[in-house]
Amino acid sequence: MAAAIEVTGLRKSYGAAEVLRGISFSIAEGEVFGLLGPNGAGKTTTVEILEGYRSRDAGSVSVLGLDPDRATSAWRERVGVVLQSSSLYPNLSVRESLALFAGYYSAPRPVDDVVEIIGLGEKRDARVRTLSGGQQRRLDLGLALVGDPELVFLDEPTTGFDPSARRAAWETIRGLRSLGKTILLTTHYLDEAAQLADRVAVLAGGEIVTVGAPAELTSVRPEAQIRYRRAGEEVLITTEEPARVLHDLYEAEGEPEGLEVRRATLEEIYLELTEGEE
Amino acid sequence: MRLFFHELRAGQRLFWRNREAAFFTFMLPVVFFLIFGSIYGSDRIGIYKGSAFLEAGMIGYGVAATAFAGLAITLVIRRESGVLKRIRSTPLPPATYVAAVLGSTLVVFALQTAVLVVLGRVLFSVPFPARWLSLVLTCLLGAAAFAALGLAITAAVHSAEGSSAVVNAIYLPMAILSGTFFSPHRYPPFLRAIAAALPLTYFTKLTRDVLLNGKQIWDEPGSVAVIAGWGLVGLIVALRTFRWEPSQS
Repeated sequence: MAAAIEVTGLRKSYGAAEVLRGISFSIAEGEVFGLLGPNGAGKTTTVEILEGYRSRDAGSVSVLGLDPDRATSAWRERVGVVLQSSSLYPNLSVRESLALFAGYYSAPRPVDDVVEIIGLGEKRDARVRTLSGGQQRRLDLGLALVGDPELVFLDEPTTGFDPSARRAAWETIRGLRSLGKTILLTTHYLDEAAQLADRVAVLAGGEIVTVGAPAELTSVRPEAQIRYRRAGEEVLITTEEPARVLHDLYEAEGEPEGLEVRRATLEEIYLELTEGEE
Repeated sequence: MRLFFHELRAGQRLFWRNREAAFFTFMLPVVFFLIFGSIYGSDRIGIYKGSAFLEAGMIGYGVAATAFAGLAITLVIRRESGVLKRIRSTPLPPATYVAAVLGSTLVVFALQTAVLVVLGRVLFSVPFPARWLSLVLTCLLGAAAFAALGLAITAAVHSAEGSSAVVNAIYLPMAILSGTFFSPHRYPPFLRAIAAALPLTYFTKLTRDVLLNGKQIWDEPGSVAVIAGWGLVGLIVALRTFRWEPSQS
């Protein structure tokens, strides 16, 4: 499969501060790729370089076969961008906003289709300033999709959403994937990365610390954690053989109180990888 | 071209739907014309009838309110809310977008001037301009120059909340000093010196020459040169400093 995005040796400094120290990764067509990292790690800088907003100091970048530094209108037709914060005209309605942006593209999706995809059917004639924060973010996504792009950049798409809105957004994103779109997602929510991403890269201190499928990353830590309460105190046992330990525990002490058995989550691995970088 | 009109329509829709902005930008010169026209419209200002003098002045006030202040505030708000940044990620060429924003501003100013001229005729018997071609050209020149200055000033304003305060603090005193309400001939020398440095003084003078003295725009190359010069300065500054990204990016 062709690479939708190819980054090699990307470097960027702001003055004396080197924000990106030569990162490399590639994203295949039709993949959902998650970019994780603490604030200041260089996620937004990386994404903005890929979107063509920022120039780089060194390295090569190819997005849909083109260098974003030399973005053309034809390239912009194929790329959809959702920025970190909402950027809408308050006095237009949902339909009017979508129709306005649809007019910028040569082969847009029908506005009514997009209204349905983002789940704002009931609000199609409501003015943007009457929408809730979550609804506005959905419209942001709609504006990025109305041009029917092949590649979509989503910068923290569900920040501030309540749980049910997040689930709905995840469904929408999964829907995009099944349409064959390539998606680069930055997020702070590790459950979101684990749920949606085919592969995940962790960016910390300007470097890519690890890349791989979420399942691969969590399997890096084979230990399980067993917690229970003995005489009011919490006991934690870390072991690679949880079933054997539980068996011995049961033999020795009977049914443990408040028993919990779990493996390292993506979040714990992420925190471990990025500690000291914030 | 199609994209230009598409964006221009949206620009008009956006302008008229923002009631507060539309009032300050479009209605205020008209309201002042009505109020002050009723107060001293029949008096004489120099050799001119007050209402005629005021009509020319309010066209000047209008160009500052619409082409300079209204445009600058709108663009700062759009920039700070991330709208301009988002536009840059679409295939819409930035030049087309700016042209449409300027075009929308021109439509509002043209409408404003037309309303002032019609009201002047209907309410205060100010004759329709004899030199209407010169008036049209004067308005185009003024709109272009003040829009360039408006574009230039957006780089100096860093927040959307502060934008109307800062921009109003610039254009309101300028409108008063430039003689849009009163003849600058009556000002003390110190204020006259400041007025002589302001572009609006020359635009208002040119408008008065065309509207009241029957001059053609080409009879007043001095005024034209100063207005155009200011516009050029604005254009150069704007080309160098205009930002599409919010300040806290």
